[in-house]
Parts: sequence; structure tokens; C-alpha cells
Amino acid sequence: MGSRLQRAPESFLDPQQIAAVQGGRREFLRGAFAAAVAATAATPAARAEPAGDSAILELPEHSRSLGQPVAARPYGMPSKYEHNIQRRQSPGLTRVAEASVSFAPLQGLFGIVTPNGLHFERHHQGWWDIDPSRHRLMVMGLVREAKVYTMDDLMRLPAVSRMHFIECGANTGMEWGNVAVPTVQYTHGMLSCCEFTGVPLATLLDDCGFDRAKGRFVLAEGADGSSMTRTISIERALDDAIVAWAMNGEMLRPENGYPLRLVVPGVQGVSWVKWLRRLKVGDQPFGTKDETVHYVDLMPDGMLRQYTSIQECKSVITSPSGGQQLLDRGYYNVTGVAWSGRGRVKRVDVSFDGGRNWRTARLENPVLTKCLTRFNIDWTWDGGPAILQSRAIDETGYVQPKINQLRAVRGTRSIYHNNAIQSWKVADTGEVSNVQAY
Amino acid sequence: MSRLTSAAAIALAAIAWTAQAAERFPGVGRAATRAELRAWDIDVRPDFQGLPPGSGSVADGQKIWDGKCASCHGTFGESNEVFTPLVGGTTAEDIRTGRVKSLADPTVARTTFMKLSTLSTLWDYVRRAMPWNAPKSLSVDEVYAVVAYLLNLADIVPADFVLSNANMAEVQAKLPNRNGMTRAHGLWDVRGKPDVANVACMKDCPVQARVASSLPEQARGSAGNLADQNRAVGPVRGEGKPSAREAAPASMAEQARAAGCLACHAVDHRIVGPSLRDVAARYKGDASAEAKLVAKVRQGGSGVWGDVPMPPHPTLDDALARALVGWILGGAL
Repeated sequence: MGSRLQRAPESFLDPQQIAAVQGGRREFLRGAFAAAVAATAATPAARAEPAGDSAILELPEHSRSLGQPVAARPYGMPSKYEHNIQRRQSPGLTRVAEASVSFAPLQGLFGIVTPNGLHFERHHQGWWDIDPSRHRLMVMGLVREAKVYTMDDLMRLPAVSRMHFIECGANTGMEWGNVAVPTVQYTHGMLSCCEFTGVPLATLLDDCGFDRAKGRFVLAEGADGSSMTRTISIERALDDAIVAWAMNGEMLRPENGYPLRLVVPGVQGVSWVKWLRRLKVGDQPFGTKDETVHYVDLMPDGMLRQYTSIQECKSVITSPSGGQQLLDRGYYNVTGVAWSGRGRVKRVDVSFDGGRNWRTARLENPVLTKCLTRFNIDWTWDGGPAILQSRAIDETGYVQPKINQLRAVRGTRSIYHNNAIQSWKVADTGEVSNVQAY
Repeated sequence: MSRLTSAAAIALAAIAWTAQAAERFPGVGRAATRAELRAWDIDVRPDFQGLPPGSGSVADGQKIWDGKCASCHGTFGESNEVFTPLVGGTTAEDIRTGRVKSLADPTVARTTFMKLSTLSTLWDYVRRAMPWNAPKSLSVDEVYAVVAYLLNLADIVPADFVLSNANMAEVQAKLPNRNGMTRAHGLWDVRGKPDVANVACMKDCPVQARVASSLPEQARGSAGNLADQNRAVGPVRGEGKPSAREAAPASMAEQARAAGCLACHAVDHRIVGPSLRDVAARYKGDASAEAKLVAKVRQGGSGVWGDVPMPPHPTLDDALARALVGWILGGAL
């Protein structure tokens, strides 16, 4: 049993001692702490008393002296003990860091909100910190009146605040053919979720008097060097798209489009144009680079699917997940996130035996449309091998597919829109690894 | 009238601003001027709406290419060093059919020309985003020339070709993958029909009894030390052994805290003892201050700042005591 435990919590009991406690034996305490007891105990009576955890017995400095004053850090930062939880590039994925991706550390996150500093990044020609007083948004094309808005203008308009996930269309794209990366940060980390604040796109289109008869598409364009452009349908534009300046209660981060970005709930992240400078209403799609040469899904017959947009229902267990190590046998709260670009998550099932048998997980509130939903489920690991999977079902009744079901239709080279059930294998050593099982 | 105001007035007059009687958001936003629209309305659509008049030859394109493009994309657009190749994988037969056959071949890596279905896309992208480190620096004619050169590299136009707004549509009709795109899928419309279906089986579901794929041994470690990518508390750890982190040298403030100074002295306000800045102010310009204060710190004392005595610190390392006093006299920054 002692070999089961890979690393005991620092400065506490070692595996043999834990094994002894679990075995119902207490005498180890006398042995383990004999030296300490001998050093401090002056009487035979004290010698019979077990000592205990030094984290309890030795008062730490923070309990014995004065702490730091308010506003010592005017913009607060995470604890220094949290330095492992960072966004990271996947080595070898891209060759140019200005047209690349950094992945959110899903393995270390809780609930459904992504902290702003850990939101995933995808840039097409580098990021900028743009002076908001010099930023402009132009709305033009099939409108009665082409208009220019300053940030002052936009932030006067009636705002909404809504929570939505954003997922890159290429999230999990490395895993179409086979397992390629070790952890959930790299398999699923082009995923984040924030409360966005901004003005509904419909409000701006109305303000400019867009042509309701002919206006079928909206082009969104960024102010960065790439002037990234994407076409969205007028239905998405009028439904729930937001021209947003804030995320999670503060202004957008520069890496996420400060001072203005488009939010297109349910649609892949590339359409959420950052540093948004222009919106153009048209009667045809615009056929931009990122919807003609990239973000097109290759089918087995060589045909490319163009304008694939919606992120279909998907889920992943974030803990325990690939590259992690269970501490010991016994109880675990298995937890993860589920989402759907078509609406709310209705249910999440979890399997511990590679998909043979399933149990329904608890969904934590809130369960919102086109938003991450956190799920939890009890699990007692008996020390044997296991394969953990989660399977989400959205309000349309769509069931998250297996990778072999996706491959049967789309092959292995479509890059985008891989929403397969993820499998994590737990070895009898407690080591968790990324596998495909179906 | 200020220059700004008069300029605005002219602009307003020029575009005949018509205020709406029932305007919902009075005072918010303004009409775009014609010059502003010209400056930003740069997109070119597949039907060539937005394409400005102009022209450029393959030969001119080659000169621009060699100077501004080849370092990333290779002399022939074939380089796989910085970006994926632009040219290759298409045939004369593809130009005839409009479908690139090699897209169905898993052994062939995709190039831009294998995928490109609309010529407007290439023109638009070169104008808005290229060169990589100086986007939007090419003139309209230069964009035509660069696109002409690329079309020649892809064997779509001859070496003496001059591309212009007048013949873009003719070239479009020869693009190798012009018929290679489909919108027949369920991922455009939020109510679109999914192409893949699973069922929510709960018990004794059919599964293969084996793991179909796992991380290849050579890929292990490719993402770095996973122990450093997971939290050091909680139900799990990252695989492996955490790397030793280089401890950052403690700041003077941290050393002052560790030495116990900050229990009684704050930097900028009185607690039990005077603030460190007040100490610095009192001894400003006093050359003997350092020696006096080091002695005071080690031996303790009272009377200078009131009745509350400063306790002695006889075990404080001498070098540290001098460093701390120096830091305090410097303003405890």
C-alpha cells in the first residue's frame, strides 16, 4: 500500500506512516516522532504522548508576526505558490510566436470562470496594447448611415454582461489521428470562459439603420497588422453577438483585444475579432483568408468545408487528467467542464471503465447558454486500472460523439471542430495519461 | 472657429448629415466621412466587390518577392521554414477540373494554392497583412504584381502575364481548387443538423476492449516537466519531480521583515516605533547617522521618538544591520 502513494504532502507523513494510519495502527507515531519527543519531553508521562504534525505544533511566522499592509500590491497577483498555473505554448506546434497559441491551464482551474491572466491566446500577427482614446469602430456597408464610434461613444450605450465560453476551432485539433500531447492544457486549453460586457451588435446595426432586406452577413475586422477578418451571419449578429470592452469585471486584456472585441457566443474563437475596428454589412460572405485558406475542414474526399462556425457540444474531465498523478487510493471528486455552441448543457455522464458503464454527474449552477458548465462526480479509486471519460448532452439532445464516430464521417485531417469524448487512463501506479478508447 | 471645428463642419456638410428625428442614442457616434471610408474599406469579396483598379506584372512581382517575401516564403513560395508552403501540390488537371486531387491524399501536405478557392482572398490578404513585418505597406499595383508572381509560381498564368482588375475574373476561372469548397454542413447555422451522432448508452455499452492510442514514448517529456505544470497541493500532482526553482534574492523589505523590524516600524506610518521614512528624514545629511543607528539597532534605546523603548537586537548580523540601516536612511524604497 505504501508504494501507492507517490508523494506525500510536504513536511507531513511519509507513505509508510500513512499506510500505518490507514491500517488502523497508531504506534508508528511513537516511532516516527521518537527523536522529537525525546528532544522536547522532560517527563516519562510526556514520552507516552504522540507528537504530531509540525505544521500544527510549530507555530509558523505568519501566526507570530505582523503581516503586510493593504495595497502593498495595488493590482493583486496570485500567491507565489501558484506559479505552476500558467498559460503555455505547445512546443513544436507553431513556428512563429506572433502567429501562435498559448493554452489555458485547465488542469488547475475551478468553476467556470477563466481568470483574465490565464485566458488562452491566439494571435495572427502579434498583439498590441492599443490606446483606447485613439481607437475607433466604423460600421458601414449596407447601412443607411455609415458611422464612427469612439470608445467614449460605445461605453455610453446600453450595455449587457453575459457569460460565454470561447473555444478555438482548432482546439483538440492535434488529436484527430492519435494521441499527440500529454495534458488537458494542450488537448483542450484553447478554451476559456468569461463574463463579457459590451453593447449588443444588434444595437449598433440598428443605430446605423442596416438593410434588413439585403443584409445577410457581417464582416468583422481587427486593427492589428493582420487586420483579421471573419464573416458572421446576420442571424448570429442579431441574436446574441456583443461588441465587448470588458471581461470579468475589468477592461479586456491587451492579449484579448483591448479595448474592443467581438463576442460571438457559440461560434469558434477566430470569429471573435480582437482590436475590432470595422463592421461591414453585406449580402454575400466575404471569403477572407481565415475562412478560405485556414479554418476550412478537410474531408476524406478532398472537399473543404467552408464557414464551419458552431462549436458543438463537448466536455472534458480536468481533474484527474493527463500527466497527473493520484496521491493515493480512495475518494476523489472527479471534475470537469462541458459546453455547447448550440445552447445549454443538459447532462453530463461519466464513465470509469472506458465507456462501458456511465453515471450521471452533478451540474453546478449556473448552467447558462453557450457557457462552460462545471460538473462533479464522486469516485473511489480502488487502485486498479481505470479509463475516465465524460460525455455531454446539450439541450438539443445532441450527444457528444466518440473519436471513431467523428473519424467515420470526417476522417483524420480536418483539424477543426474535434469535439470527441476525451479518455484519461489511470494506471495502477496512479499515473494518469492521455489515451483514446472507444 | 478652430481648425478642428471647421474641418468637422466641412466634413458634415460634405456628407449631408441627416439627424434622425427619433434617434435613439442622440449624441453617440457620428457619420463616417468619405475619406475615412476610403481609408478603411479595404476588403475585397469573392465577386471582386471592393477590388481597386490597378495592375502588376509577374516580372515586377518577382522583384518585390525577392526583396520582401522570399526570406519567409522561399524564392519559389515553396519554403516550409517559417510558414507552410504557398505553392505546390496542384496540377494542370486540377486547373481544368477546379478540384485539387492531392487534397484527398493523406501523404501530401497542404499548400495555400491547394486550398485557395477564391482569388479575391489572396489579393485581399496580401494587401491587408503582408509583408509580415510591414503590413499594408504595398501599393495597389504592387499587390497585383505579387499576386501575379504567385499565380505564375503555381503554373496558373504565364511568365509574361500582367494581372489587373480587368482580368481577375478570368484567372479565378483557372484556380485549381475553385470548386473545392462546400457549405453543405451543419456548422454554420446554430440550428444546423449535426453530421455525427452518438447515443447516450448507460450500461454495458459496446466498446473495444483495448486502448486505441496512447502518447508515444518519444513524445513523453515533449511538453516539459509536468510536475511544474500542476499545483503542488490538492488531490493530484503533476507527473515527475518538481524542478528546483531559483529563489529570488530577498528584497531589503523582505529582509527587514525577516529581521523583525517591520513588526514595530512601517515604511510610511507610525506603528509602535517611528516610520522608516521619518527616521530617514531626521538623519538626513548626518554623516554619522549610519554608525549611530547601527549601534542603536544592536543595543536598543529610547527617548529620541518618545518613551517606548526599542529593544536590543544583539544577535543581528553586523553586515545585515548596516545594510538595513543604509536602506532605511535611503528612504526604505
